[in-house]
Amino acid sequence: MGQSLYEKVFQRHAVRKMPSGQYQLLMGLQLIHEVTSPQAFSMLRDRGWKVLYPERNFATVDHIIPTHSQARPLGDPVAEEMLVALEKNTGQFGLKFFHPSTGEQGIVHIVGPERGLTQPGMTICCGDSHTSTHGAFGALAFGIGTSQVRDVLATQTMLMDKLKTRRIEVNGKLGPGVYAKDVILHILGQLGVKAGVGYAYEYAGDVFDRMTMEERMTVCNMSIEGGARLGYVNPDQTTYDYLKGREFAPKGAAWDRAIEYWNSIRSDKDATYDDVVVYDAEDIEPVVTWGITPGQSTSVSGSIPRKEDFDAGEQALIQEAYEYMSFDAGQPIKGTRIDVAFIGSCTNGRLSDFAEVVRMIQSKPGFKVAPHVRAIAVPGSQDVSRKMVELGYDKVLSDAGFEFRYAGCSMCLAMNPDKLKGREVCASSSNRNFKGRQGSPTGRTLLMSPVMVAACAAAGEVVDAREFFGIRQAVGV
Amino acid sequence: MNDLKRTKISGPAIPVRGNDIDTDRIIPARFLKCVTFDGLGDHAFEDDRLQLKQKGQVHPIDNPAFANAKIMLANKNFGCGSSREHAPQSIMRWGRGIDAIIGESFAEIFFGNCVTLGVPCLVADEATMQHLMSHAETHPNDVLVIDIERKTVKAGDQTYSLTLADGPRKAFLEGAWDSTAELLAAKDQIAATAAKLPYFNGWK
Ligand code: SF4
Repeated sequence: MGQSLYEKVFQRHAVRKMPSGQYQLLMGLQLIHEVTSPQAFSMLRDRGWKVLYPERNFATVDHIIPTHSQARPLGDPVAEEMLVALEKNTGQFGLKFFHPSTGEQGIVHIVGPERGLTQPGMTICCGDSHTSTHGAFGALAFGIGTSQVRDVLATQTMLMDKLKTRRIEVNGKLGPGVYAKDVILHILGQLGVKAGVGYAYEYAGDVFDRMTMEERMTVCNMSIEGGARLGYVNPDQTTYDYLKGREFAPKGAAWDRAIEYWNSIRSDKDATYDDVVVYDAEDIEPVVTWGITPGQSTSVSGSIPRKEDFDAGEQALIQEAYEYMSFDAGQPIKGTRIDVAFIGSCTNGRLSDFAEVVRMIQSKPGFKVAPHVRAIAVPGSQDVSRKMVELGYDKVLSDAGFEFRYAGCSMCLAMNPDKLKGREVCASSSNRNFKGRQGSPTGRTLLMSPVMVAACAAAGEVVDAREFFGIRQAVGV
Repeated sequence: MNDLKRTKISGPAIPVRGNDIDTDRIIPARFLKCVTFDGLGDHAFEDDRLQLKQKGQVHPIDNPAFANAKIMLANKNFGCGSSREHAPQSIMRWGRGIDAIIGESFAEIFFGNCVTLGVPCLVADEATMQHLMSHAETHPNDVLVIDIERKTVKAGDQTYSLTLADGPRKAFLEGAWDSTAELLAAKDQIAATAAKLPYFNGWK
């Protein structure tokens, strides 16, 4: 009987089965950022432990870093304290730190792939739930808590349960103006935000086969929003082409051996799964969330659903969402006035995201952010930022009324100065629309693709980007 | 290791009603900017508390009747959302310190974080949860007794059965939830596993 990539990679990294039934799992790579690591390092210091495999742990700073200026000391003394702590910890324990001064800093889930650290067949962990992003390369990548960060620092292993597997196939061809973000929001809308608990998701089918690595990352990024601990795409030529030549990717003869190995860990044709779901690409339209979980969404041409159409158990949450978001059942999502537009985050802050937005802006003469909208474009890394400047994207975006910022998590969450105020509504390319997520306890978030954010920014309200930009011929995948 | 064993946990209970209470609500993101967990307890559920206060209502955390609570009661999918360990840290540092949580279901990462902190999360069915919550609301000073071995909780003269997977249950009973020391004990096996993985060895 064939095995899935999940089973193969898990087996090869299992150090031993514990009496509890859990496995001690070896980690190929740990990524570290300033928020969830300081307590782990101090516990290590308390116990007199060292980092067992320092060359398999890498750090960056992203959550707290301001995006209007990276000048030191950082304006917020607590943020400065966290950055200093990371400098000290990585220095003392001998870990590589993609420090802002190196030009390699960025959001942890953007930096890993960019530097070629993220590779197929690895186990990857980070004290951040969106670590599932790295699954795009055919790695088992998942978020962990600070105690596990400590475990991995001290032992390069952690305890983990074996997961069930669900294969999610999307077949067919996406319509013009429908993007990877819409695919994952559609999946979340169909399966709900809890269906993934206890599962690893394998994304398969034509649509994922055709996707670029950056698009696959967008999808895998939000696996956790469906409750899944991790999500992956099997590695293929697209994966290898992306990796080749990157700083930490294998070189020369090692590269050939690596490809052979990576091919061997792909899911077998006759692999079995605990569950299989299949969707049709033609059914996917641009999606906008209207509620307070990423599963509460509608296609842009749709309306706020009726509570009665949901299971009894879910209705209270739907009601809560109506109230928090000030929406009524039956109201179309189109025409919802927005105050803020945010393009960035580890979901959609990569070069291709901005490239597509710039392409759209240039296709629409006179494109301008509406006067009442505050719009920010935040590259996911210094590398993305540099390339945007080289290509002139910064200029296109600024001329269109976007503020072009420094790399960081920015308005994805409220740990830096970029925040919503009061009940502002934000059209956002990020991954979470939880209450208060963007910094105001009453702020409201509408998740959507970057191109949709751009269209909404200019219209000042939710519009269908396909109509707004006159998208007709096929774009995306 | 004796002080690490969790066999019986007792104390008054505080009900925090609602499904899908995510970690952003348990501890809002602005409080994550800290290099130690000390002091997080004061900010547990801060935004929810504020919102209720503005409506003239009182969050259980602010209700003096529950000030002595050692056990938290929750509904479905408690602790969903971000993986931040700050959420269980804030709960275990609130008030006199929460030692265990009973709920209808828990988000996976939150549950795992609680295990590694020595805070058992036990699962009860909906009806039991209703009883426990009403009991705590009407008798806030009543001491609940959780028996980890038997997987039960006693409230008043009633005993209810709970669910807790064997793995974590054993870890609590044996005081083996402090994972790092246990993991490090397998240092040779770790090296042996790494030796078999080509990427750990420069693809040789
Ligand atoms: S961009 Fe958002 S989701 Fe991604 S790592 Fe930063 S805070 Fe987390």
